[in-house]
Amino acid sequence: MNGDNFMLKDLFKKSSSTPSKIIKESQIPDGLFQKCLKCNDILYSEDLVENYYVCPNCNNHIRVNPRERLSMVLDEGSFMELNREIDIADPIGFPGYKEKVRHIKSVTNLNEAVITGRGKINGTDVAIGVMASNFLMGSMGKVVGEKITGLIEYATDCRLPLIIFSCSGGARMQEGMVSLMQMAKTSAALKRHDKEGLLYISVLTDPTTGGVMASFAMLGDIIIAEPGALIGFAGPRVIEQTIGQKLPEGFQRSEFLLEHGFIDKIVKRNQMKKILSILIKS
Amino acid sequence: MIDNLTPWDKVKLARHINRPTSSDYISKIFDSFIELHGDRYYGDDNAVVAGIAKFNNQNITVIGQQKGKNLKENKKRNYGMPRPEGYRKALRLMKQANKFKRPIILLVDTPGAFCGIEAEERGQGEAIARNLYEMSDLQVPILSIVIGEGGSGGALAFGVSNEVWMLENSIYSVISPEGFASIIWKDGKKAPEAAGLLKLTAHDLLELNIIDKIIEEPEELTLDSMDDLITIIKSEIEQFLERYASISENEIVASRYERFRSM
Repeated sequence: MNGDNFMLKDLFKKSSSTPSKIIKESQIPDGLFQKCLKCNDILYSEDLVENYYVCPNCNNHIRVNPRERLSMVLDEGSFMELNREIDIADPIGFPGYKEKVRHIKSVTNLNEAVITGRGKINGTDVAIGVMASNFLMGSMGKVVGEKITGLIEYATDCRLPLIIFSCSGGARMQEGMVSLMQMAKTSAALKRHDKEGLLYISVLTDPTTGGVMASFAMLGDIIIAEPGALIGFAGPRVIEQTIGQKLPEGFQRSEFLLEHGFIDKIVKRNQMKKILSILIKS
Repeated sequence: MIDNLTPWDKVKLARHINRPTSSDYISKIFDSFIELHGDRYYGDDNAVVAGIAKFNNQNITVIGQQKGKNLKENKKRNYGMPRPEGYRKALRLMKQANKFKRPIILLVDTPGAFCGIEAEERGQGEAIARNLYEMSDLQVPILSIVIGEGGSGGALAFGVSNEVWMLENSIYSVISPEGFASIIWKDGKKAPEAAGLLKLTAHDLLELNIIDKIIEEPEELTLDSMDDLITIIKSEIEQFLERYASISENEIVASRYERFRSM
């Protein structure tokens, strides 16, 4: 116990070495502190929550779970979830897959890699979907595709603006070709939403890659990204293997996409609600 | 028809260097073909061959992913891996087909969309996404035929069609068996096993309702043995065009939407 106290006190001392070098993660009291994986700074959890899970030291936009995301952009108590329960799809009968999904459902307390529903932003109704990177890397299988398509069709039917926060490693390989087809399904639904003259804002968060990036994520009337998010079609490791060289610093980050003309704007997390609110009223 | 081939055997056949390529099918199926080039934004992608063809006196827009038959040709064709320009050329010509009410026939044969620095810089993901989006709303009938490899999103960008057919020994997969094995088992050598699990053969995909038709192949499909196959394909295309000739534009779009909506 004494050791623990010493370590805690030590956190607040000016020290030449960074706290992360002194403290092993396991010694950090559960829930009280969190480490920034980018700059290794030790952050007080309460401060972090107040700062929208953005590291005050290096501006790293730490990945957040979809419920926290919803609470950051929607008016309090306005969220109404759609298609909450959809049965696990296992179209190619992949060994152990159903059990794996069930396990992830129980440990993450999420039903799938996306939450969809309806809510208000400063009083304006929106259809909103938020992906979860901690659910099989936010990969898109049949259920994710179904939830997103259902959300888009709901937005079209109710004539609502649509906002989707993407974070995904791409198509879910364990569902074979059925996962690939979700790219076509979601994109086709967006085209119908578009033809009704409705607004779709796509928000790209870290990471948005593969089949999600090559479908609904890149099809926004307005595309916003959080700072420093990895956004690309092919993953950096795949590209490095293909071309046999290291990729330049900053390649496939939000700033790179802005420079190349593929996104409209980079918006910090604490500004997100304000910017979305302006855009949906424009 | 070859029986008892494993999925991995089919992967190897689908990739075989002697397998006929898009331009072989185009020259044998159609009475004439005039190639058109360029995406009007950046360049002309040699991994995509596109143009206007005549089929029984009807104008058709034909677009194929083009592999080479030797190293030199493959360098020119980038092994059939399109860059964003290739997808944008295809979309430009599909929209042109829509304007002039020409049915569209797409030939799929790619290991995947090219992954490299310049492909990312020029928006590979955006180009594929745009094809899926715009193809879903074209008012002319679209037919895709997988003639060799259907590699993931790079193939799907040629596959948002009213009907998707596969040659018997072609494959269509969300990821290459090698990629799958190296991600799941950290061992690319287990690709043959992955090929079985992925359900990437024509028969598997017909069963999953991902495709609509399988076209039987001769025992050893090469340029010299493909004449009977061409006869079958021509007859099937003729029926396809007849099926859609009497359907309204709205129904063509709606049935394509439903095709993917149900997946």
